[in-house]
Amino acid sequence: MARMATRQRVVISTIGAWLFGFLIFFPILWMVLASFKTELEAFAIPPSFLFFHWTLENYVTVQERSDYFHHAMNSVIIAGGSTLIALLIAIPAAWSMAFSPTKRTKDILLWMLSTKMMPPVGVLVPIYLIYKTVGLLDSRIGLVFILCLGNLPIVIWMLFTYFKEIPRDILEAARMDGATIGRELVYVLTPMAIPGLASTLLLNLILAWNEAFWTLNLSTSNAAPLTTFIASYSSPEGLFWAKLSAASTLAIAPILVLGWFSQKQLVRGLTFGAVK
Amino acid sequence: MKHVLGAVCGASVLLAVPAMAETTLTIATVNNGDMIRMQGLTSEFTKKNPDITVKWVTLEENVLRQRVTTDIATKGGQFDVLTIGTYEVPIWAKKGWLVPLANLGADYDVADLLPKIRDAVSTDGKLYAAPFYGESSMVMYRTDLFEKAGLKMPEKPTWDFVIDAARKLTDKNAGTYGICLRGKAGWGENMAFLSAMANSYGARWFDEKWEPQFNTPEWKTTLTTYVNLMKEAGPPGASSNGFNENLALFNAGKCAMWIDATVAASFVTNPKDSKVADKVGFALAPNTGLGKNANWLWAWNLAIPAGSKKTEAAEKFIAWATSKDYTKLVASKDGWANVPPGTRTSLYQNDEYLKVAPFAKLTLASIDAADPNKPTVKPVPYVGVQYAAIPEFQGIGTQVGQQFSAALAGSTSVDAALAAAQTATEREMKRAGYIK
Repeated sequence: MARMATRQRVVISTIGAWLFGFLIFFPILWMVLASFKTELEAFAIPPSFLFFHWTLENYVTVQERSDYFHHAMNSVIIAGGSTLIALLIAIPAAWSMAFSPTKRTKDILLWMLSTKMMPPVGVLVPIYLIYKTVGLLDSRIGLVFILCLGNLPIVIWMLFTYFKEIPRDILEAARMDGATIGRELVYVLTPMAIPGLASTLLLNLILAWNEAFWTLNLSTSNAAPLTTFIASYSSPEGLFWAKLSAASTLAIAPILVLGWFSQKQLVRGLTFGAVK
Repeated sequence: MKHVLGAVCGASVLLAVPAMAETTLTIATVNNGDMIRMQGLTSEFTKKNPDITVKWVTLEENVLRQRVTTDIATKGGQFDVLTIGTYEVPIWAKKGWLVPLANLGADYDVADLLPKIRDAVSTDGKLYAAPFYGESSMVMYRTDLFEKAGLKMPEKPTWDFVIDAARKLTDKNAGTYGICLRGKAGWGENMAFLSAMANSYGARWFDEKWEPQFNTPEWKTTLTTYVNLMKEAGPPGASSNGFNENLALFNAGKCAMWIDATVAASFVTNPKDSKVADKVGFALAPNTGLGKNANWLWAWNLAIPAGSKKTEAAEKFIAWATSKDYTKLVASKDGWANVPPGTRTSLYQNDEYLKVAPFAKLTLASIDAADPNKPTVKPVPYVGVQYAAIPEFQGIGTQVGQQFSAALAGSTSVDAALAAAQTATEREMKRAGYIK
């Protein structure tokens, strides 16, 4: 009897979880469906769910009008570059704060987080002027730099909390066995920190990929990533939903695929360490 | 060694020559049909000017406005040609942010530009932008529904007629609404329509001393009429409808009348997009007999920012894109129905255009009926029909738009919305130093 009740509960919670998952996924599904509709069907009220005239017309138009690969390559470089640099800075920073904290460690962590409290638009003009002066406007390196700075506090915080979870006793045991700092890092700490590192990397990659404020404001054409590619398909006069959906589907496809393949690591990392 | 050195020098000269001769223009524009067509025809321009290459930056209107304003205010020099509206031209020209267009060429024919549009893009007699396409607003209506109800739309309808017809033509059970109007908050959304409507009711944004006027009976009549009309004869959820939403409703046959941009005429009469393409008639925007119609005036223009270092090439491009020859080029590629409207007198004298554009005469009449220098019945200190061309207007217009949209949604009353609009506008105008 008790087993039946448990099974029933499992079935109900599974159905509930699927329903909730579907609800979360629905806007993306709707966007993908709209990308295969004609403009008139995409705007039609009541909307049709699956039974409409499927067309690839929007993808053809988007390909003709924009250079998708140029934007996608920029996104890969900007998101990848900013993530790697952020990790290179954040790992030693988080390391030292987790394993040799000082009196001021907490204050430094809070100070770093406080930089995220200001809306980016508040510093748009100063940053724009600095970038203009040093010639970084519309350059990939400029965007890599600003996105790296923007995401750095979150990366440090995430890594700090992951590193803190690693028991110090294990490190001490390694030292007692005669491990040098290098060996300790490679053979003891890294394997334990990998889920945390992987999820931080992925989360930061997604944040940088989707970042639309700085990428829209500091790029024009040479360094323009996929966010500007999407923004070019919205129109104040005329129907544009289907084409915008096609552009958005193309823009999220690479990161969606990456997220799909690495979801195991991502979930493990997120539930294991920091942002529980 | 000498040979190697010579070869290196030769190669570097060869590499340097095209880089020196070639000018790359970066053009910022919005994603509207006419602009996209212009992008598609860029090769025709570069064929004639092989030393110029063109890069396009297409953005959504509000994003573009913010992006371009940041760049021009900081003299960032990221763009060589900007697509800007009639609202920005006088403000930016006065600030010295735009380069006057003095070398558009002998065959450009500035005198052919529609006088009202030319006025809107000129400051102190100098042209600071070249109009790419212009528009006003007018009534688009369903001839079949009017006929069925025994109504006849006059060419110059009054608000009384429009309100009465809207009530009679509403059949909520059948999903047909008498009138569709903008309700979405924004200075370029509901406030474009409501400011133009207010002009026809004798209201104005500011008096001669820049005092806000929302506490006047004219504004109360305007807003009360609008809210009541939309409640009785408008579609549900009108407070979130903008141009595109109303276009979709009208094209689906849900609206008997729609008052909006003249540029919509070509969309609603296009059988590919509209279910009612052969049943649409046009009339001037309504009036109340006070001498002003409820229509606006707008143009998308091409201008050169003061930060650009390629003004000569930029002016060449602008002259090409806004010329009579460009119109002919579009006509030869995509037909006369697709040429950018509302900028040149000669287009409205062209029989081939008039044949395919049944709305052409009314578009011209609507543009002629709007006067940005004398937009209202009573005198005003500002330029602009559906806006006041001052830098503070975007913020104020959007705040007021939010109040009026809330009144339409029923979350606040007309009186409360007007009072809040008055307070907000007074506060902003005091802060900006227009009033004490």
